[in-house]
Amino acid sequence: MIETNQLTKRFGLFLAVDGITLTIEPGTIFALLGPNGAGKTTTVRMLTSILAPSAGWARVAGFDVVRHPTEVRARVGVLTEQHGLYQRMKAIEYLDFFAQLYHLPDDLRRRRPRELMEHFGLGDALDKRLGEYSKGMQQKLALARALLHDPAVLLLDEPTSAMDPQSARLVREAICDLQRAERTIAITTHNLTEAQMLADRIAVIRRGRIIAHGPFDTLAHRFVGPPLMELRAAQPLNSVVAELSDLVTVVDQGERWLRYHTPAPAADNPTLLRRLMGLGVEVVTLSEISRTLEDVYLQIVQEDEGHERDVEPEPAR
Amino acid sequence: MLSNALIVTRREVRDSFRDWRIMGPILLLTLVFPLLANTMTGLFISFFEANGAEPLLPALLPLLPMIVGFFPVSISLVIALETFVGEKERLSLEPLLATPLTNTELYLGKSFAAMLPPLLASYLGIAIYMGGLVFGGAQWRPPITLVIQILVLTTVQALVMVTGSVVISSQTTSTRAANLLASFIIIPMSMLVILESVIMVQPHQRYVLWILALGLLVTVALFVRMGARIFNREELLGRSLDQLNFRWIGRTFAAQFRGPVQHRSLVAWYRTSVMPAVRTHGAPAAVTALCLVAAFVGGWLAADRWPLPLDEVAVDDAEMLDNLQSWLELGRGNPALIGAAVAQNMRVLAVATALAVFSFGTLALVLVMAPFGILGFILAQVVSAGLDPLPFFAAVVPHGLAEVPAILLASAAALRLGSVITRPPEGHSVGEAWIRALADTVKVGIAVVLPLILVAGMLEVTITPRLVEFVLTH
Repeated sequence: MIETNQLTKRFGLFLAVDGITLTIEPGTIFALLGPNGAGKTTTVRMLTSILAPSAGWARVAGFDVVRHPTEVRARVGVLTEQHGLYQRMKAIEYLDFFAQLYHLPDDLRRRRPRELMEHFGLGDALDKRLGEYSKGMQQKLALARALLHDPAVLLLDEPTSAMDPQSARLVREAICDLQRAERTIAITTHNLTEAQMLADRIAVIRRGRIIAHGPFDTLAHRFVGPPLMELRAAQPLNSVVAELSDLVTVVDQGERWLRYHTPAPAADNPTLLRRLMGLGVEVVTLSEISRTLEDVYLQIVQEDEGHERDVEPEPAR
Repeated sequence: MLSNALIVTRREVRDSFRDWRIMGPILLLTLVFPLLANTMTGLFISFFEANGAEPLLPALLPLLPMIVGFFPVSISLVIALETFVGEKERLSLEPLLATPLTNTELYLGKSFAAMLPPLLASYLGIAIYMGGLVFGGAQWRPPITLVIQILVLTTVQALVMVTGSVVISSQTTSTRAANLLASFIIIPMSMLVILESVIMVQPHQRYVLWILALGLLVTVALFVRMGARIFNREELLGRSLDQLNFRWIGRTFAAQFRGPVQHRSLVAWYRTSVMPAVRTHGAPAAVTALCLVAAFVGGWLAADRWPLPLDEVAVDDAEMLDNLQSWLELGRGNPALIGAAVAQNMRVLAVATALAVFSFGTLALVLVMAPFGILGFILAQVVSAGLDPLPFFAAVVPHGLAEVPAILLASAAALRLGSVITRPPEGHSVGEAWIRALADTVKVGIAVVLPLILVAGMLEVTITPRLVEFVLTH
């Protein structure tokens, strides 16, 4: 579990993280999104006890990040932004080194690196030097390093970056397996499709503050609006749109199609279909236009920028 | 703790030995230089023998092993210099910082790893050179104590250079900066090697080398302690630019000089800023006082070993009185003499403070201990010659009452200024701690030491000579 309360970090006069409060339960995947320089990496570093907070507190796996940094780091697996692999080491030596640092028992220390390497398709590259690894291979090895000691908490920065689609799927499945095993997982990523696929909850951070957080559906409803449906008919629809205005809000239309918002698709759509059928309209397709996390994220950031503009003082004349 | 540190050490050492770009030059230098030195030695021996100077050979031959042992260390310093900052540049530091290693374990692990290649290279170089001497044409058999001395000195020198380099590596932001700063280690150590060589050619003075070795060992301990204390994960990861922020330096200095409270009067400044600064120097002042007493006692004891024939010296009291009265006349209505006395004292204290910056405060103490040692020496000579010590006290006490506290406080401030970098207060960076200590030193210097020295100067020129005159005539 991860808990923070008013977690703040200042570098001199610069406020990098401003009062972040969040709780991430075990068995949850939490996505932390934000523009570059928003404070994501600084937040992760505080949760890993690499940086000390300037104010507030954080508890990771039951330990305070300031008072018990060693205990925190022993229970956290981190996939850092930069791999930072030792180029002259062999992969098996590299993982063995970290296994020693995490005090794995001898049998586990022998077994676990090989298991992880096999799992991520690197079984044949155990004895290769890391300088010979491709970017994707390095990313997988770094992930294996983060999982070596079977940590209770995982902090993953761009977990599928530089990976081919097959490997990326493998990693996503591994993350889901860890979720099912009740691990607490936080990912920071610019891959919004992946975040939407994986995350149970999302937080958007900007200028050190969390400006929105919650499950995707909640955020989508709040920032992008109710679900958008598209209906296609066999006949022109111009004459029937007015008949539907009491039921749904039509936002766009063509000759044989229309799009509308409905806050309750389960209730409104069947009624709509019955009405159209009564009007002699033959419906070809009725489908929801997916709202993407990208749409939601951009709307959130745009609104926050608008808020800032509203409160900025008038320039002196 | 040690076992965790050794995990890091093993990895680093293995990694160093795999890097042929580092090991190649080190090995080459380690093997080739001693052989060259052997050839040079052969030429020297032939020259000395041809000119009938063979008795000088046992004194001169030990010189080259010192130099042969020094060169591989200075080349191997690159390993120590890039141990932290190089890893930061290669972006492999953060995963290491995210492990359960404590700061001390990480620092010690890397320090041990940085020590091994230079030491091995050094010993190998010395062994090749000595082997060439022992089994070669010279057939020279060095005394075992000399061999041990050379090995001990080489070891502690290497350790000083490596531990100093590791401190630099953990505090800079680029390998380039670290390599530039290495000059502050290599140049003083080169001079020390020359000094050691000069001492070594005098067989009866070689015991001094043990004292030097002990001093170097203390320096190693200081560097390791200081390095582990100021090692900071946050600064290591976060700091990306080495630049002097003069505005910040000025602001920090001014804030510390002014003190915590905005005051409008000199009295308020003394109360809220100067006196707290004086109290901060309590512990250094106690250390300084102990050192001054030790110097005095040392001087007293040295008088036994080197007695002066004072009882054989004819003292012309009338001439002495004449000189005193001339001095009094000179001083009367001549404030410049007071200024000269004040300037001399302040100059010495300023030099002591400057020396303190480069020696963790120790050279400041050495400088101010010297006059106290001399005082103890002279007083002991006077007493053991059966002479009246009263003129001595009359010549020292009046202005000493003001001068000694001033010296004590100034030296304590210098000691604190030099040593604060080894243990900056919690929450302060090394730079900030040093600037604040400098501000306190200047504040105490201006507000307390200077007035005391002024009073001492006035007493020394006007009162002390009168008191001596009175004692001599009554």
